[in-house]
Amino acid sequence: MSTKPLDYENLNENVKKCQYAVRGELYLRASELQKEGKKIIFTNVGNPHALGQKPLTFPRQVIALCQAPFLLDDPNVGLLFPADAIAKAKHYLSLNSGGLGAYSDSRGIPGVRIEVADFIERRDGYPSDPEHIFLTDGASKGIMQILHTIIRVPTDGVLVPVPQYPLYSATISLYGGSLVPYYLEETADWGLDINDLRQSIGQARQNGTTVRAMVIINPGNPTGQCLTEQNLRQIIQFCYEENLVLLADEVYQQNIYQDKHPFMSARKVLFDMGQPISKELQLVSFHTVSKGYWGECGQRGGYFEMTNIPPKSVEEIYKVASISLSPNVPAQIFMGLLANPLKLGDISYEQFSRESKGILESLRRRAHIMTDGFNSCKNVVWAMYSFPQIQLPPRAIDAAKKVEKAADVFYCLKLLEATGISTVPGSGFGQKEGVFHLRTTILPAEEDMPSIMSSFKKFNDEFMDRYE
Amino acid sequence: MRRFVSHKARNLITKTSTISSTICSSSTISPLNSLSPAAAALRFLSTLHPHSMDSITIDTINPKVLKCEYAVRGEIVTIAQKLQQDLKDNPGSHPFDEILYCNIGNPQSLAQQPITFFREVLALCDHPSILDKSETQGLFSADAIERAFQILDQIPGRATGAYSHSQGIKGLRDTIASGIEARDGFPADPNDLFLTDGASPAVHMMMQLLIRSENDGILCPIPQYPLYSASIALHGGTLVPYYLDEQTGWGLEISELEHQLNTAKSNGIDVRALVVINPGNPTGQVLGEANQREIVEFCKKEGLVLLADEVYQENVYVPDKKFHSFKKITRSMGYGEKDISLVSFQSVSKGFYGECGKRGGYMEITGFSPEVREQIYKLASVNLCSNISGQILASLVMSPPKVGDESYESFSAEKEAVLSSLARRAQALQDALNSLEGVTCNRAEGAMYLFPRINLPDKAIKAAEEAKTAPDAFYAKLLLNATGIVVVPGSGFRQVPGTWHFRCTILPQEEKIPAIVSRLTEFHKKFMDEFCG
Repeated sequence: MSTKPLDYENLNENVKKCQYAVRGELYLRASELQKEGKKIIFTNVGNPHALGQKPLTFPRQVIALCQAPFLLDDPNVGLLFPADAIAKAKHYLSLNSGGLGAYSDSRGIPGVRIEVADFIERRDGYPSDPEHIFLTDGASKGIMQILHTIIRVPTDGVLVPVPQYPLYSATISLYGGSLVPYYLEETADWGLDINDLRQSIGQARQNGTTVRAMVIINPGNPTGQCLTEQNLRQIIQFCYEENLVLLADEVYQQNIYQDKHPFMSARKVLFDMGQPISKELQLVSFHTVSKGYWGECGQRGGYFEMTNIPPKSVEEIYKVASISLSPNVPAQIFMGLLANPLKLGDISYEQFSRESKGILESLRRRAHIMTDGFNSCKNVVWAMYSFPQIQLPPRAIDAAKKVEKAADVFYCLKLLEATGISTVPGSGFGQKEGVFHLRTTILPAEEDMPSIMSSFKKFNDEFMDRYE
Repeated sequence: MRRFVSHKARNLITKTSTISSTICSSSTISPLNSLSPAAAALRFLSTLHPHSMDSITIDTINPKVLKCEYAVRGEIVTIAQKLQQDLKDNPGSHPFDEILYCNIGNPQSLAQQPITFFREVLALCDHPSILDKSETQGLFSADAIERAFQILDQIPGRATGAYSHSQGIKGLRDTIASGIEARDGFPADPNDLFLTDGASPAVHMMMQLLIRSENDGILCPIPQYPLYSASIALHGGTLVPYYLDEQTGWGLEISELEHQLNTAKSNGIDVRALVVINPGNPTGQVLGEANQREIVEFCKKEGLVLLADEVYQENVYVPDKKFHSFKKITRSMGYGEKDISLVSFQSVSKGFYGECGKRGGYMEITGFSPEVREQIYKLASVNLCSNISGQILASLVMSPPKVGDESYESFSAEKEAVLSSLARRAQALQDALNSLEGVTCNRAEGAMYLFPRINLPDKAIKAAEEAKTAPDAFYAKLLLNATGIVVVPGSGFRQVPGTWHFRCTILPQEEKIPAIVSRLTEFHKKFMDEFCG
């Protein structure tokens, strides 16, 4: 009998080709070591609660009440839950017939989408249409859905920044399209030179690729930078001229740790640029409850907002969303709470504010500890908290080749074995040939940061001494 | 008009991609003037008028997206929502005062109550800081508090807001594996489990893995739950239909499987898997054990992956049938990992818990090599993990309160109330449908649906053709407009050509059933009077 359908050789090639480093080799090795009893500091993925960040109290109160609505009838509920949490729970339960246990509208609960639209309007100063906002099980799902709509044939290309968050490369691989890289300039705060962009697209087209979309990750992952307003304008103009749909991954919009380049949404800049471009450029923007100071990764909550996408296309995107029936309802409520936060005067406002500020300020401090820590290490440069460049000596590169590993993978594995710090090698995100990075996160507890950085410095400087 | 345009678009896209691939295969760069006239024209046009071919229009969208359909939330529901808005804006504008959604298996949207114990545990896991408070003991049952502690201990750092292992939290998988073992009497390995946001994403994952090109086929029952047809279309494969036999209570005949398999093969289709939905959706039948053994033998013989959709495993209403998982059946036949590849799907959305909005579920994969498992893991990891609350719920569903637990009695009472009510409603609607002229309805042995067959008179079929609608959609639309009752036309599930059905859920509240029955009966009589003459 011939081989079976799910024998390795008979699998969909696109599945085999796709790679997702964030939970790849380093993570698996780290998990092995953890099982053996070694203390591991997981900094491979932006997973704040796993590293001790506490959930914000108010949303958890609201969701607990939504989970157990019979509590609302109990006369003693006020002993455990503040009145505004009770009111919010009632509000959200009223928005979806059947509460948390019923499939909602496939685009997400209409009332929540209105709240998200209002949030966007307050942020940008331009109105947003709830009909063009779809809630999703995490931003990742939304990104995959949109890419699936765009990629038709292997020659359909998507411009993706290098370095990038490997969801993009994995998804493009999976759907059988072409990734067209454009390089960010490390020495210019990971900014964009528009000429590099033109070169990338020109090269791709010469190779027969139909470039259809451009991804920007702003603020950047793994790079951590915010694009300047000028860069955003250039990108928007470029997409308009080259007939590309712009995909703006803005999940880190609330994680800004420097004041030089504040966050501006692609949509705001687009509308600032006025007609005709503001009415014609196709844009999809993504956001999440997993990042910011909420860090609610485990809820799987996110949304995408479509701008200038024709109604028939929106219908098709809706149709695909309807096959999975609906995004999970609890996460939709988290998104509503994020979009429509407590106000001054609300009972829980002070606590919520204090918790939020506390997290953000701590993140900022940790970002600086990490940046300064890395930059004080031998051969470690350009650190903007979490994606430092490691200048590996040729002998280290040779040693890596001998064990058949990429040089940065070799370095990161050695770092892991020596210190328990689990990072992701830069090759997982893409980098210029011969230039190496690692990605970590600023999420370990603040009190642990100094020792983590000194641990890293000790390992790094010894490694460099050894191989130089 | 839209179909015509998209057909044209597809042709255009095919032509364009053929041109592109010609360019790709040549080793030199092709400047504009060396392209074929059509390609050159396209390039020229696109530089002249970039916005005449906007990136995401109906003409340039992925054709697989265009191709797929999902009737459960399709056209009829859109019409129903418009009518609902009408009633709101303009009460009395229609001969009914409410829309009765019988289109979707969404029990809690129709007032089915959640299982208290499950919700208690979930609430405590969502807000663990109240676990230590004394007031909590006054508001929650002791065993819910205990279970919440147990679950939180299995979650690193008790962090329910953190991404988990991509297969789902290990401790919860252990619980589910024990639950599977208790159900079947055969061991289950937690490493075989992938917890997902409902069963649907797990189905998509398998389709992704199995379908390489349109020459790959998946055997699906007709009628089928349209997730399968939609997913196969989205991933670019071919649905190979096998017809369930309405005359024998939607029987699954091996001879039919063999016939369809051979036909597909002779058409150059490489058939890779067999989907079985048990209990059936929309058909509601529960397979007999002997039948299940035949299916297992067939898959083993033909080297097919068996995809067992078992989301309705806790919805069986007839005393003469019982649910047996395909895992149990294969193991009881002495078949193990080396004999057959089996994927079993379960969900928290159905049963007596009906927690659709939570998006919880899992697939259990057995009979796959380590290399393939790695690939499945990799696919799961791209989305990082499924939502934690749904994972917790899946573990509760597979490991509910036991005799002796404080909540056991109330849990049992709630479970019994839901299941017996579902059985009663199934019977009432079934009887009503069978009493209608020209309508036959097989019994709902399980699941949540009735799938009656309507013998539509020729006059009705002609009227449907003139209205450019499928005859069963024509009937369903008239039904909706006259009564406010929303059903899904049978063509959304596929059916033997020339037969017409609709799917109606058994979920409306029990007190609404008599009104539904009388309105439906009245409508049907008028319909037959009008179209039989």
